[in-house]
Amino acid sequence: MIKRFLSLEWKSFFRSASFGKTLGIKIFMGFLSLYLIAVFLMMGIGLFPALKKLFPDSDPLLIVNSFLFYWVLGDLVIRFFFQKLPVMSVMPLLILPIKRSKIVNYVLRKSVFSFFNALPLFAIIPFGVTLIVEGYPVSQVLGWVLALIIVVLIINFLNFIIESFSAERELSFLPILVLAGGLYGLNYFNLVSFNEIIGNGFNAIYNQSLFICVPILILFACYVINFKLLKQNLFLDSGLKTKIKEVSASNLDWTKNFGDIAPFLQLDLKLIWRNKRTKSTVWMVVFGLLYGLVFYVNPQFLSMTPSYIFVGVFSSGIFLMNFGQFVPAWDSSYYGLLMTQNLKYEQYLKSKFTLMALSVLILFVLGIPYVYFGWKVLFAHLAAAIYNIGVNTHVILLGGSFNRKKINLNEKAAFNYQGTGAVQWLIGIPILLLPMAIFAVVYFLTGFEIACLVLIILGVVGIVFHHKIMKLITKKYTDSKYKMIDAFNQDN
Amino acid sequence: MITTSNLSKKYNGNQVLSIDALDIPKGQSFGLVGNNGAGKTTYFSLLLDLIQPTTGHIKINDVQVDKSEDWKPFTAAFIDETFLIGYLTPEEYFYFIGELRGQNKADVDALVAQFKDFFHGEILGQKKYLRDLSKGNQKKAGIVAALIGNPEVIILDEPFANLDPTTQIRLKTIIKELAEKQGVTVLVSSHDLLHVTDVCERIVVLEKGEIVKDLETNAATLKELEAHFSGSEVL
Repeated sequence: MIKRFLSLEWKSFFRSASFGKTLGIKIFMGFLSLYLIAVFLMMGIGLFPALKKLFPDSDPLLIVNSFLFYWVLGDLVIRFFFQKLPVMSVMPLLILPIKRSKIVNYVLRKSVFSFFNALPLFAIIPFGVTLIVEGYPVSQVLGWVLALIIVVLIINFLNFIIESFSAERELSFLPILVLAGGLYGLNYFNLVSFNEIIGNGFNAIYNQSLFICVPILILFACYVINFKLLKQNLFLDSGLKTKIKEVSASNLDWTKNFGDIAPFLQLDLKLIWRNKRTKSTVWMVVFGLLYGLVFYVNPQFLSMTPSYIFVGVFSSGIFLMNFGQFVPAWDSSYYGLLMTQNLKYEQYLKSKFTLMALSVLILFVLGIPYVYFGWKVLFAHLAAAIYNIGVNTHVILLGGSFNRKKINLNEKAAFNYQGTGAVQWLIGIPILLLPMAIFAVVYFLTGFEIACLVLIILGVVGIVFHHKIMKLITKKYTDSKYKMIDAFNQDN
Repeated sequence: MITTSNLSKKYNGNQVLSIDALDIPKGQSFGLVGNNGAGKTTYFSLLLDLIQPTTGHIKINDVQVDKSEDWKPFTAAFIDETFLIGYLTPEEYFYFIGELRGQNKADVDALVAQFKDFFHGEILGQKKYLRDLSKGNQKKAGIVAALIGNPEVIILDEPFANLDPTTQIRLKTIIKELAEKQGVTVLVSSHDLLHVTDVCERIVVLEKGEIVKDLETNAATLKELEAHFSGSEVL
């Protein structure tokens, strides 16, 4: 049966309409994985000698054990944002003579073979080998390594439990942040010293291998909870079917001020507010807005001037990036309708542009308190915001004309908790790094003011030539009209 | 009103549609019948410029559809549920279409009010999004949306499928009235021979992408079509 499932997935991957595009991304992700593997490998090999050198008096193993808590916490947060439970379209399987438990077991077991679980091994195993080479008792080291591997799996399943609970909420990433932040805070202020508890636990396992039963029991419990949660969701009227909510219509008459793009603007606002997937882009805005705090409270970053631009572009452009990169795929489920209606493509795109430009403006204004960290920060943010409006909005709309992947707004695939993965962040590279590079070069050649001015000028040029650029972009969209309609008509 | 010349569509060398000439005059109610894969939806998609013809072209009111967009103001269609915007309520959807077609809210309200019977109280004022309606009710909303803004050409793909019998009968009345009283050209495709013969003045049978019959509807048409499709036709 597992063989059947695997062959189904093989086919869905190779026969998908967006196969070519996904392949390109897969190759990129492949390189990224190789890089990460190399980093972890070096860490695994180098950790023991490095710790020995830095702290000659203490046992490297004990130091590592005392830091395991932070690893668990960090891993959990990273996984929440990047790892998804492997999705399988289970609807057609439900009425076939396959036991529900079999489907659930398959999905769960498949998740074990995730890259996120393999990666730590590249650090854990070399470190374990070094320990043995250094003369630590073999059986005890093996027990310790095994315990770590079990912890990796616990994190794996714990993450899915957290995701399944947060999927129901609107602020989907709030629980994980509260949980991780809470645990970290409790530990940081020494209310409950988790890193000591976990460190002692691992010391105990190292000293007495029998204690390994504890993590095994936890792992087992996590698996069972996951199994129950998923099995519940396998009925048509629970997980697979979206709940019908009563409509709360809001008055959007103010959009009339925008003239002929008003109907599209209204449509876009409803699109964002009424679909789970788009709504999460709105909540990301909060995250983006506060992102600067991570940087600026650290004096080391505050002295690195080019990072102001990074934060500026990111915090004022987070909606632009998250929303803009899926234009026109947001409208993919009714693209045929739009194409037969009496509408001007330019108006349609202009509405998206207006929305993004407005968001940049609002986010910049909300970000003004950053002036606390100095006038330079605010000035750099202003330059970044103008650059975002003048350049990045156009870049991202242009990028959209290459969009060939349908977004199913009425997502019903079971187990699909987030709808976003690592891929979503790729678009950020040109959008974020280019202005930063321009700024850094000019900054080191001349000075801060000129560098900001260059970005502002670039932005203003973009705004001045807005109509010309939009004509060009519109032409790109009309040229690929048939390809888009065709691609959007296919279900992956 | 609609002229088709030398039209053909190929996918990877497979010919799925080939129509040398087809003229549909203004105000005609036109029915397209054929088995699965006969090319009905392909023809409608070409008519709406959703796919590109391999050869030839279609003109609506002398506007070539794949060259200019000027046919859009007077043409409306409902092909399938991809023509619906799932996260709008039916009312919002009607207003949105209305705005694109230059109708204000009052115009749309007046038009939609005529279809109270047709909706059977299941569409308006339900406080539900279109995606949460049943397939049949979605279809009703889509069909009515295609009537907004006084279009001169209305294209409906399989409008009778998924509808309950009462609604089917009401829909037939609506289509007949459109063609007879208002001079609207209505194009309908269907698998249901009885419905098309009831509604359409002219019926074209497609087979493997080609026109095999072009009939003026009369008392004998249904029999003839049934004979054709059951394969017992005397040649």
